[in-house]
Amino acid sequence: MAASTDVRRRLAVTILVFGAATAIVCLLAPVVGSTPIRLSRVFDRTVPFADNVDAQVFFIARLPRVVAAALVGGALSVAGVVFQALLRNPLASPDTLGVSAGATLGAMVAITFHLDLAAFGIPAVPLASFIGSAGALGIVYAMAVARRRGTSSTVLLLAGVALTAFLGAIVRFVQVIADFTDTFRSVRWMMGSLDVASYAPIAAALVPMAAAFIVLGALPRVLDLISMGDEAAEARGVDVRRAERAALVSASLATGAAVSLGGPIPFVGIVVPHIVRLLVGADHRLVLPASALFGASFVVVCDLVARTAFGAVELPVGTVTAVIGGPFFLWLLYRHVA
Amino acid sequence: MPEAPALAAAHVSFTYGGERLVLDDVSAGVARGSIVGLLGPNGSGKTTLLRLLAGTRTPLRGEIAIEGVPVRSLSRRELARRIAVVPQETHSAFDFTAIEIVLMGRYAHLGPFELEGPDDMAIAREALAATGTAALARRRFATLSGGEKQRVVIASALAQASDVLLLDEPTASLDLGFQLEIASVLARLNQERGVTMVVSTHDLNLAASLCSALVLLKEGRVLAEGATGDVLTASNIRSLYGVDADVAVHPRTGRVTVVPVGRVH
Repeated sequence: MAASTDVRRRLAVTILVFGAATAIVCLLAPVVGSTPIRLSRVFDRTVPFADNVDAQVFFIARLPRVVAAALVGGALSVAGVVFQALLRNPLASPDTLGVSAGATLGAMVAITFHLDLAAFGIPAVPLASFIGSAGALGIVYAMAVARRRGTSSTVLLLAGVALTAFLGAIVRFVQVIADFTDTFRSVRWMMGSLDVASYAPIAAALVPMAAAFIVLGALPRVLDLISMGDEAAEARGVDVRRAERAALVSASLATGAAVSLGGPIPFVGIVVPHIVRLLVGADHRLVLPASALFGASFVVVCDLVARTAFGAVELPVGTVTAVIGGPFFLWLLYRHVA
Repeated sequence: MPEAPALAAAHVSFTYGGERLVLDDVSAGVARGSIVGLLGPNGSGKTTLLRLLAGTRTPLRGEIAIEGVPVRSLSRRELARRIAVVPQETHSAFDFTAIEIVLMGRYAHLGPFELEGPDDMAIAREALAATGTAALARRRFATLSGGEKQRVVIASALAQASDVLLLDEPTASLDLGFQLEIASVLARLNQERGVTMVVSTHDLNLAASLCSALVLLKEGRVLAEGATGDVLTASNIRSLYGVDADVAVHPRTGRVTVVPVGRVH
């Protein structure tokens, strides 16, 4: 039986299947739009790029948006996986823990007050959003530590809800004191919008995302073990505190980068990991890469629906993910409680 | 010079914070290849002592040594290759299968990016077989019965390939049939593989039948320590639990059996 190399085989199959699906989705999504183009003409090498209208529409007008959607989807999904494993709660996600709200506040402040605080090659908005997400996470982490002394994970999620409401109020306060054009821009942004017109913001968000993915790439087995309990993980040889810190910082970095790029696109971090677990099982060595890839495809498809479903009227992608994610979350909650 | 015991605590004290010492100057040794029972009322420090022995907590004073090597000089990974732990209960937040749980025991033997290979798989299967759970390999952990879960977790600890196994009340939440089943699995692992074990329990008869030596803990101190037959006496049980008990050799099993008669007032 092939079971002798079980994990290796399953990992190879998982990456192959999910990778191929994501590649196809990302290649086909830019073809759809108001100006009809054809893939055969896009990749027609006989026509120089300057004269190839199809290629220009594909690579300049549409692909940045698709790449942004893919990165945002991948990052939010991976963050969701990490939070669920560390808190041992399938309902944890960047949204439910207030981490997205923290990132939103950070980005809003940077946009509204035109902050100029670039560092480590990361521009102001992604940086501010990371600071926001890390700040919110700090509060959640303090609760998580308290949880070891007996606080239930329900309390933790309620704390996330309270934190989200609180940060939301501050966001609205910032909007009220901002001038009108900034407010309009930020309201649109807050609905979760992937109106990315160039590769520059993508490059900016890619730095923190790549850093987060690299760190998390070494941690899936640790997530498996921690999901069985801190003490059990330690007894199996895991340095739990260190791994937990690395995972939480990475997940908030990924969330911050995703939010700075696409706004707080809701429910991705909770819907994707669950669907992926149904498909590949619980092993995080499969769940983590599969969620990154499936999350990427999921947001690309949602964004495709958002920009094409109602003709000329373009919906923010956040409305589409919310329409899918809201009922899904309720179903999940029902199953969890029942 | 006699060889170092498999596991030894020397003058160990511990507190979770605050004035009260959970363990107060505890010394105890575990001979290689033995099964040592840890007895004591609730709050006497059994679980804490197991945590110190496992190295998941560090003593305030005193030292824990494994094969003569101080536990605090070992990294978490090195320690995990020497000592495995079976907690009282194991819950899985996600739908792992039994074999996946067992393979987690291989963590300390693999590099950060290394996936389990055929050798690890063979070790996991053997561990399942040794605990009588081979047929459960592909079953979801959450759907197993209490006794099956406990045996799978023991298999996971076996896959860790350590010489010492620490078990915290392994039969506490199980019915009578499963209690005997776990006891026989432990006895067999000890006889066939020479696994050294420390088992905390409230079940005096389990301790009497399974353990070659006992450590009695009362309010964080060692009340008595020694061979089971010498330590498990009516007077020790009286001072440990405040219970009047008959201790006698049972005619059918030939083992020491404890029958509690009543609470001492």
